[in-house]
Amino acid sequence: MTNPNQMTIAAARDALRKGDLSAVDLTMSCLTAMDAGDDLNAFVHKTPDIALTQARAADVRLKAGGAPDLCGIPLGIKDLFCTKGVASQAASKILAGFKPEYESTVTTKLFDAGAVMLGKLNMDEFAMGSSNETSCYGDVINPWKIDDRKLTPGGSSGGSAAAVAADLCLGATGTDTGGSIRQPAAFTGITGIKPTYGRVSRWGIVAFASSLDQAGPMTKSVRDAAIFLRAMCGYDAKDSTSANIPVPDFEAALTGDIRGKKIGIPKEYRMDGMPAEIEALWQNGVAMMKDAGAVIVDISLPHTKYALPAYYVIAPAEASSNLARYDGVRYGHRAKLAAGDGITEMYEKTRAEGFGPEVQRRIMVGTYVLSAGFYDAYYNRARKVRALIKRDFELAFEAGIDAILTPATPSSAFGLGEMASADPVEMYLNDVFTVTVNLAGLPGVAVPVGLDAKGLPLGLQLIGRPWDEAGLLNHAYVLEQAAGFVAKPAKWW
Amino acid sequence: MSIDTATARKVAKLARIRVQEADLPKLAEQLSGILGFMEQLSEVDVTGIEPMVSVTPMRLARRADVVSDGNIQAQILANAPDAREGFFAVPKVVE
Repeated sequence: MTNPNQMTIAAARDALRKGDLSAVDLTMSCLTAMDAGDDLNAFVHKTPDIALTQARAADVRLKAGGAPDLCGIPLGIKDLFCTKGVASQAASKILAGFKPEYESTVTTKLFDAGAVMLGKLNMDEFAMGSSNETSCYGDVINPWKIDDRKLTPGGSSGGSAAAVAADLCLGATGTDTGGSIRQPAAFTGITGIKPTYGRVSRWGIVAFASSLDQAGPMTKSVRDAAIFLRAMCGYDAKDSTSANIPVPDFEAALTGDIRGKKIGIPKEYRMDGMPAEIEALWQNGVAMMKDAGAVIVDISLPHTKYALPAYYVIAPAEASSNLARYDGVRYGHRAKLAAGDGITEMYEKTRAEGFGPEVQRRIMVGTYVLSAGFYDAYYNRARKVRALIKRDFELAFEAGIDAILTPATPSSAFGLGEMASADPVEMYLNDVFTVTVNLAGLPGVAVPVGLDAKGLPLGLQLIGRPWDEAGLLNHAYVLEQAAGFVAKPAKWW
Repeated sequence: MSIDTATARKVAKLARIRVQEADLPKLAEQLSGILGFMEQLSEVDVTGIEPMVSVTPMRLARRADVVSDGNIQAQILANAPDAREGFFAVPKVVE
């Protein structure tokens, strides 16, 4: 007998509609699991009162009939989303005490659909990190464990990934600027999709790099991702980059039929020194798509190698601008000032105390590449390379490719602290397979496909055409069915 | 491109982040490492390529230039570390 918190969104939805389960019972089950999961450090602000109020309202709606898919479904919300009256800190000390007076568009849509918020989820500070070790709340622990070591759940949406993998909630929101949904999804054996840039409103989500940021769902199955994503999408006049195009029924697109579809295999993703296990996993994925009737096509995305360096110019540049707003005046932390300190000292001390080392580093890199004399050499050059990276994908899609299959990460989850002495650039390499997708504004999904020899989950990534999340999710569904990944972390927490 | 201590000090100043003098050499070294990684971009032939402005081929949406919100002074100030008499309060600014 599984507990309700272990259900998928799809199964819970069906049970709620049939009356086999109440939203309150489902929510209670998740709240119990959440409290029992404190060792994972995934939930950092719990909202049980809000959850139960929402669950009771959901039960009323469910009884009336015609309730939306997410009505009564308990979710975790990444700390990057502004939630009215509930701490929203982006895992940063500089936003200590901040309680927004408004609700982000995504959480508004979710709540309007009847979803239940269990609490806010841990993450890397300002979504800058790939291991969830830069959070002001401390590290998130991956529920997957193979020895005495504590493993990273990945980042930046590490709390979201750990909470979903450990069944503390049915699904969670994530955000993805360079791989922050897909890499933690792969490290924890769950599904995560970053939609096309412009598909989901960014309004009310703390900005990191505005031209790259997109929110998306992190779930226990591809079907759940389809259900959850639909509820997050849609035009929003409050986000000037929000796309005013119809949102399809992504779940209805999960036919499992990809016969004749062309799957591109980019040769540039076969990196030097790539572990044999990752290569083998990739080949397995290729075989699965082929067995499903897809046509496998070798393709070339020649500028792939330059994606990471371009990303680490563009993202810090945008971050340095976005994070200029944290000045100790309007919200969050302000440093204690010494006698005679003026406003410049207030800014400098506040930002030194409030931002962690990685965030400070990225702000300074961004400041440098945007400074007079270097703007053309770094920032403009990176934006030109970005245009070339996007063109690589456009040419592949123009040649008839429907989706592209790649590894999601260069390894399985590593131990917390193991990268502590590494160069910052070594940590950045975690994003090598995922950043291209953000730079090109494309949808990408990570699907768990197998376990490595150590017993840790590994995922593959599928990249889709712009706005074709429906087709992309159907490919992901085929991969999921073929891989039959059902492993769950053994409960130790 | 190598960053020296003086440049690191200048960047920290521009970013309005106080960095202790003793921490500048390590910061300079880390920034140099990151910028060194970016140097790869100089290998790419970008002749005739326009820098990307928008990743999706769309114009930024415009809205009518009308007041759509307001009269929420208390909400605006609710999260301020220091607010007095309806204003954000900051240390004295003397020019």
